[in-house]
Amino acid sequence: MLQMSVNSGPGAAPHGAFARTLAQLPEGEAGVLDHLDLPDDIARRLMELGFLPGHIIVPARSAPGGEPRVYRVDGSEVALRRETASRLILRPSKGAV
Amino acid sequence: MSECHDCGACAVAVAPSPLHKGLRTHVVAIIGPPNSGKSTLFNRLTGLRQKVANFPGVTVEQRVGKAKMDKAKTPHHSEVVLVDLPGVYSLNPRSEDEQVTRDVLAGTMPGIPKPDALLLILDCTNLGRHLVLAAPILSLKLPTLVILNMADDLKNRGGHVDTAELANELGSPVALISAAKGQGVEKVFQFMEGTSAGTTSLAPPRVELPILQDIPRCRQWAHDIGTGAAYRAPAPPIWTRRLDSVFLHPIAGPLIFLMVVAGVFQTIFKGAKPLMDGLQSLIQTSGQGIEHILPPSIFRSLLVDGIWSGVGAVIVFLPQILLLFLFIGILEDSGYLARAALIADRTMAKFGLQGKSFIPLISAYACAVPAIMATRTIENKRDRLATILIAPFMTCSARLPVYTLIIAAFIADRPLLGHFFGMQAGALLGLYVLGFVAAIATARLLKSSILKSERVPFVLEMPPYRWPTLRSLSLRLIDRSKVFLRRAGTVILLVIVVLWVLENLPVKNGQPPEIGSSFAGMIGHAVEPAIKPLGFNWKIGIGLREALRSDLTPGGAVALLVFFAFAMQCMSTIAVVRRETGGWKWPAIQFAYMTFLAYVCALITNQVVRSGIFT
Repeated sequence: MLQMSVNSGPGAAPHGAFARTLAQLPEGEAGVLDHLDLPDDIARRLMELGFLPGHIIVPARSAPGGEPRVYRVDGSEVALRRETASRLILRPSKGAV
Repeated sequence: MSECHDCGACAVAVAPSPLHKGLRTHVVAIIGPPNSGKSTLFNRLTGLRQKVANFPGVTVEQRVGKAKMDKAKTPHHSEVVLVDLPGVYSLNPRSEDEQVTRDVLAGTMPGIPKPDALLLILDCTNLGRHLVLAAPILSLKLPTLVILNMADDLKNRGGHVDTAELANELGSPVALISAAKGQGVEKVFQFMEGTSAGTTSLAPPRVELPILQDIPRCRQWAHDIGTGAAYRAPAPPIWTRRLDSVFLHPIAGPLIFLMVVAGVFQTIFKGAKPLMDGLQSLIQTSGQGIEHILPPSIFRSLLVDGIWSGVGAVIVFLPQILLLFLFIGILEDSGYLARAALIADRTMAKFGLQGKSFIPLISAYACAVPAIMATRTIENKRDRLATILIAPFMTCSARLPVYTLIIAAFIADRPLLGHFFGMQAGALLGLYVLGFVAAIATARLLKSSILKSERVPFVLEMPPYRWPTLRSLSLRLIDRSKVFLRRAGTVILLVIVVLWVLENLPVKNGQPPEIGSSFAGMIGHAVEPAIKPLGFNWKIGIGLREALRSDLTPGGAVALLVFFAFAMQCMSTIAVVRRETGGWKWPAIQFAYMTFLAYVCALITNQVVRSGIFT
C-alpha cells in the first residue's frame, strides 16, 4: 500500500539506487514522498501528520546543529529528527511535480 | 459514579453525579486534533465551572465542566456536561490518548456516561488534514457539530470555505468560529440546546465515508470534501515565518532561547521574592494573632506551630508557582514552547530525553510539583515518565533554606574565584550541579533500561505564533494553583498532624513529653544505628532544626547536604507523581531509588570527609 510504483521513464532504477531520503533534501527544495521505510505503526503516525506518499515536502529551518529540522508538509510544519527523516524515501527528482 | 479508588488524592469527582440533583444530564464530548483549539473552546463553554483530573488508571488528563447554558432556553432543567478529550488525529488505538478517546466515545470509560452529542473541532486553516478525523467521528452516528475553528485566521490569510455546502456533504451542522475571540460560539450553544432538548435530528452524510484504516484514502476523501465545499487554503502565515527566521536563527535563536530561560529563572526567584516574603510575614503575624486569642493548650501549639506554619510554608510558594505557570502559559500559548523544545532537543537527546522535557526540568528548579504537572506537554509516555522521575533531583527552592543554613554554619567563606565568588557560593553552586548530574545520570539509566523508548520517533508540530489571551492564561493560573493547593495542602496537613502527634505523645502527667522520650524520639533512637555511619544522630534523623548547628560534625554536615540533594523528602511531590502516573508504583520506585542514592552518597561523603583526605 505504501509502495507507490516508481516509473519515471526509461532507466529508472529500482528505488534505493537513485532515491534520495528526506534527510538529504536541501533546505527550501521541494521533494515528493515515495514511501516510508518505517514499521507500519510509526509510518501511520507520520501519515496522519501529512507525510503521505505523493505529498510534497519542503525542508525549512532546523535547530542549531542541523537537527531536528522543520518540514513543511500538507499545510503545517512538523519537526523530525534526522534518524526519522532518513527513513522517508523521496521519488527521484525527475518525477517530482 | 463519583467514588474514586482512593479519596485522599483524588478529590475531584470523576464524573458528574446528576441523579441526586434530579437533573437530566446531557453529556457532550469535545474531540479534535492537537492544536485545533479544543481547550480554548472548552474554556469558552465552561469558564470556571470545570474540573481537572485524570481518566481512571491512566496518565491522560481529563477535564470535565458544566456548559454555561442559557437557563431560559434549556428545557427540562437539563444540565449540559462537557468532557474535553485528548487531542488525536485518529481513533486507531495506538497511544493511550487514542485509547481513552475511543473508550469515552464507546461509553466504556468507567465513570463517564456515553456522550449524547459530539463537538468535533478542526483547524480550518488546515482543513484538508484535519477533516480526516471527521470520517471516524461521523461513523459513530452521534449528533455531531463540526466546528471550524480559527475563522479569523482563515479570513485574514485569504482562505475560504462554504460552511453550508460542507454541512450538506457531511450531514452534520457546521459552525465557523474563533474560539479565542469568542466569535460564533453562540452557534455551539444553540447546537447543545438543540441536542439536549432532543430536537436535533440526524441526517446521514451525503458523501460515503472512506475505509478508516486506509490513511491515504481518508486523506483523499478529506481533500474531496474540502473541494466540494469550495475550500481555499489560506496563504502561509507570514508572521510565523518571519518570527521563525529570528527564533530559529542559527546564532540568534539559541541566544534568545538562553535569554528566555534566564529571564524565567530570574523572575521566579527574584521577582517572586518580595511576594513570598510578604506572604511569609503575613502568615507569621496572623499565627501570632491566633496564639494571643486562644488559651494556652497543647492544641494551640498544634494549631499555630503545626498546622498554621505548615500550611503557610506551602502557601509561601504560591507566588513562585503562579509566576512559573504564567511563563509556561505564555510560552505555550504563543507557540514559542515548540521552538524552545526544538532548540533543546539535540542536547536533551544526549541524555536519552527530548526537547519537550527541557521546560519542565527547568521549572523543577522552582518546585517539582508544577514541573511534574508541566510534563503533560510531552506526548511520548516514556519520555514523560522519565522526566517526572528525574524532576525532583533538580534543586527546588524548598531545599535552598536548608542548604544556606548548613553551608553558613559549616563552610568558611574563603575566596575561591576572586572576591565575589567564595567557598560558600561555590558549595551552593556545587549542590545545584550535583542535583543536575544526578538527574541526567538517572535519565540515561532509565532510558537505557526500564524506559527504553518504544520506537516512537520524535515528532513536533510547530503551531503558528499567536498572541496568548488573558482569558486562557488566567484560567490556567486559577486551575493550576487550585491543583497545587489541594495536592500540597492536604498532604502536608496530614503529615504535620502526624508529626505533631508523634512529638507530643505519649502524654505524661498531662504534659507533652521531652522530645527524647516522645514517639518521634523513640523512632529517632530506633533509626540512629542506620544513620550513624552518615554522621547523623537521632535528632538530625527526625529533623530537629536546632540540632543542625549543635550536633553535626563537619563530615556529617557535608553528608547531610548530599543527602538533601538526592533524597525525596517532599510529600507533595510524591502525591503529584502518584496522580500524574496513575498509581503508587512509580512514586514508590522513585522514593526507594532516591533514598537509596542519598544514603549511599551521604555515607561515602561522611567517610571520605572524616578520613581527612581534603585537609
